[in-house]
Amino acid sequence: MTAPLLEIDRLDIGFGPLSAVRGASLQVRRGETHCLVGESGCGKSVTALAVMGLLARNATRNAVSMRFDGQELMGLDEKAMSRLRGDRMAMIFQEPMTSLNPAYTVGSQMAEVMLRHRGGTRRAALDRAAELLAKVRITSPGMRLGQYPHQLSGGLRQRVMIAMALMCSPELLIADEPTTALDVTVQAQILRLLADLQKDLGLAILLITHDLGVVARTAHHVSVMYAGQVVETAPVADLFANPMHPYTRGLLSCVPVPGKVRPGDPLGSIPGMVPRVEHAFAGCAFRQRCDLARPDCAGTIPRRDFAPGHDYLCQIEPAALVTA
Amino acid sequence: MKTPLIEVRDVGQRFRVNSGLLEKKRQVVAVDGVSLKLMQGDVLGIVGESGCGKSTLARIILGLLPPTTGDVLIDGQDLSKLDRKERARLVQPVFQDPFSSLNPRRLVRDIVALPLHAQGDVTSAEMRKRVDTMLERVGLDPAMGDRFPAQLSGGQRQRVAIARALVLRPRIVVCDEPTSALDVSVQAQILNLLAELRREFGLSYLFISHNLAVIEHVATEVAVMYLGRIVERNDTASLFHAPKHPYTKALLASVLTPEPGLGIPETGLGDAMPDPANVPPGCRFHPRCPVAIERCGREAPAITRVGNGITECHLITSM
Repeated sequence: MTAPLLEIDRLDIGFGPLSAVRGASLQVRRGETHCLVGESGCGKSVTALAVMGLLARNATRNAVSMRFDGQELMGLDEKAMSRLRGDRMAMIFQEPMTSLNPAYTVGSQMAEVMLRHRGGTRRAALDRAAELLAKVRITSPGMRLGQYPHQLSGGLRQRVMIAMALMCSPELLIADEPTTALDVTVQAQILRLLADLQKDLGLAILLITHDLGVVARTAHHVSVMYAGQVVETAPVADLFANPMHPYTRGLLSCVPVPGKVRPGDPLGSIPGMVPRVEHAFAGCAFRQRCDLARPDCAGTIPRRDFAPGHDYLCQIEPAALVTA
Repeated sequence: MKTPLIEVRDVGQRFRVNSGLLEKKRQVVAVDGVSLKLMQGDVLGIVGESGCGKSTLARIILGLLPPTTGDVLIDGQDLSKLDRKERARLVQPVFQDPFSSLNPRRLVRDIVALPLHAQGDVTSAEMRKRVDTMLERVGLDPAMGDRFPAQLSGGQRQRVAIARALVLRPRIVVCDEPTSALDVSVQAQILNLLAELRREFGLSYLFISHNLAVIEHVATEVAVMYLGRIVERNDTASLFHAPKHPYTKALLASVLTPEPGLGIPETGLGDAMPDPANVPPGCRFHPRCPVAIERCGREAPAITRVGNGITECHLITSM
C-alpha cells in the first residue's frame, strides 16, 4: 500500500479554555475520498482548516505530526504554507457565494490563483480557467469568465469554486460541506463531478459532511467525529454494516431509510446534548447520552480494533458491542 | 363528502422585482394556478427545489400574503374574510430557522404566550398555566421559560417554536422546513415530537421540505412543485414507489440514501436551472427534461388523473 498523501497524527485544537479537537488522527490516500462526518461543533471543519493553516488567530494547534506527501506541516512558516495552499492542496467551502469575491469576475479570480503560484501571462491563466470551467461542465466558459458571482446560480457557483480549486492541479482537495447549500438534483451532479475528477486526476479528497447519504455514496473511508475526537474509523461498507461506537449507531438510526423504517414509526434518536469540553475533560464525551455507559467510561478510553482499518474509541469490547 | 380543512383553489402569486438599477422591473411567477386540498388528520408534504414556490404557498395559506389570484378556504371559510384572531386559532406556523423566528429580546415564556396574549381574553394565571403545560408537552422544563432564545440549543428553540404554534390549539400547523437547520440526531427528535403531537391533538400538517426522506417518513400525501406549479400529486406510497412525472423521477433518483455501494446517481437532468423570472413556454420543465418531445416546448400539458393522484406531462397523457 502506498504512503498516505495526508497523514494527521493526534491533532489538538483549542480555543481559549475550550478543546475543539482532541487527538484526532486520520489518513487520506491518493485517488481516495475520506469522509469526516459529525454534527455541528464536533470539530470537523476546524480539523480541515488546521490542515490548510487557516485557523483563526486565537486558536492553538498541536499535533504529534501532520504530514503532506511526507513533508511535515507543523512548524511550517506562513510563507511556505501559502506556497502549498491553492497549489498542491486546495479547499472548497459550503457557501460559494461567501467564498467568491463579489467584486471580481469569475475569470480574474480564477486567473489570480494561477498567476500567484505559477506565474505566466494573464492570457494563459484565463485559457486555463476556461479549460477548467469546461471540465466542470459549465456551458459557454468564455462568457462565464466575464461574469460576476451574483450572475450565477448556486450550482454554477459551486462548479466555479471547484474549477478554481483545480487551477494548479492540486493533489489534495478538501471539501467542507460542498453540497449542503444546494438542491438535491444539483447535489447529485456536483458529487458526480467530483468523483469523475478524482478518477481522471487521481485526487485525494477529504470531504467534510454531516449527511450520511453523502458519506455512503462518496466515501472510501470514513472517520466519525464526536466532541472533538475521531470516535470511529472504517472503510465505508464496514461502517454502515457494522457500526461499533454507540454514537455511530445512534447517528445511523436517526436517518429515515426507505424500507428500513416504516413511515410514521418513530425514528431512532440520541437523547441529551453534546457536552462542553474543556481541556481537563476526562473520559468518554458520549457517556451521558449512551445506553451502554458503565462507571469506567469516566476513565481513560482505549481505541479498539474491530477489523482491518476499522477501529473505535470505546470502553466496551467488540464482542460485547456486537451482541448489544 | 367531508369539507377539506384547507382548500386552495387556482392560486397564483406574482411579484414585481427590480432586476437592476437601470433595468426594467421583471415579473416573477412564484406560484401559478395551484389547487390542493388537505383533509382532517392528514399530512400533506410539499417538495421541490429552491425557487419552486413552496414557501410562498405556505405564506399564502398562513394568510401572510394575499394571493394575486385564486382563493384559499380554511375549514370552508374564505381565508381573506377571516380576521387575524380567527385565523390564528385555525392555522399556526413552524418555520425553518429557530434562530431568526424567535424574538431574541423576549423570554421563552413570553414568546410562547404571545398567541394567547393576542387573543386578549385569557387571564395571566391561565396564560402561565397553559404556557407551562405546553412547554412540558414539547419536552422542555417549564423553568426554561425564564431563559432567552440565545441560551437554548437549536433543537430546544425549535421546541419553543412548536409550543408557540400549539398553545392556541390550532387545527392546522404549517411546517416550513422545520428540521432543515438542525443536526440529524435533533431532526429525529423533532420529527418524532411532531408525529406524537399530531396524534394527541388531532392536528393536520402542511409539511414543506426539500428533504425527500423526511417527506416520505411524515407525509400521507405528497405534492411535487416545479416553478410554481404542482407537477404531480399522489398518496405517499404511490408517489415514492411509482412516480409518473419525469421531474419526480429525477428528484427521487437524486436522493442519496445512506446505503454504501450504490454510487452517485445520474439524474439525467440538463444544466438549465429553473428561473421563476423567466418561465419557459410550454411545459416549464422541458428545458431540463431528459424525455422531452417537440410538443413539450410548445404547449403546456393538462392535468391528468393517474390512480388517486394527478400529474402534468404530455407523455403521460399520450400513454
